[in-house]
Amino acid sequence: MIPIEYYFVISTLMLFIGVYGFITRPNMLAMLMSLELILNAVNINFAVFNRYLYADQLEGMFFSLFSIGIAAAETAVAIAIIINVFRHEKKIETNEVKNLKY
Amino acid sequence: MEITANQIIFFILSAIIVVCSVFAVTERKILRAATHLLFVLLATAGLYFLLNYHFLAAVQISVYVGGILILFVFSIFLTSQVGSEMPAVKLSRKIAGLVVSISGAALCLFVLLTQNYPGAQEISEGEIDMTEIGQALMGVDEFQYLLPFEAISVLLLACIIAAILVARKK
Repeated sequence: MIPIEYYFVISTLMLFIGVYGFITRPNMLAMLMSLELILNAVNINFAVFNRYLYADQLEGMFFSLFSIGIAAAETAVAIAIIINVFRHEKKIETNEVKNLKY
Repeated sequence: MEITANQIIFFILSAIIVVCSVFAVTERKILRAATHLLFVLLATAGLYFLLNYHFLAAVQISVYVGGILILFVFSIFLTSQVGSEMPAVKLSRKIAGLVVSISGAALCLFVLLTQNYPGAQEISEGEIDMTEIGQALMGVDEFQYLLPFEAISVLLLACIIAAILVARKK
């Protein structure tokens, strides 16, 4: 049997690697990819808590399911915005895009 | 303590997750970073298989790997030159990121590992019956999820319209 703490170590590492990427990445798409890592780590935690602590119920699994759906929606809208920014500015580096309003 | 096959698979998957997520946030060619992200998401689906959440693993593969990652790859093709590298990260930014993430990870790990999990039990074998999942998703009683299901379908519709509206040409 795998102890429940092992899963927590993995998901915590994944979350904070995502945080590191979100802080250091200069490119909007790469930042969005770090965001996916963060969301994914949270989903693992939901599923693990559900499976180990409340094995006869399904709340954590459905939370993960809905969170995956919302992550998909969020990514689609964010990528649409990024592509629109690229069309106006010809670049997607965070410190070079200065005129988002016009 | 004898090592079971499950534990070996778990350690392989977790090694893939940690190594590939480090590469996914440090790799300077963005398409390679997306490929590393692909391995992280697949290994996460593997963890769901280990937990016997087969439906969740299938959703993870079909939505994340099949949907979101394809979106990423296409938008990378649309927005950046193939083979171009992102500029190197400034040292101060790197240090700030490392301080934030290491201190946050230390804090979270401290809380999670000193905590006692009284109900933690052996995982029962066998997957969850699909009938049970379907009825929980489509019912209106307690612990059933028709309302969030409908709310998410409205959200997805709004998201489709918003994506078209934002991304279309003037």
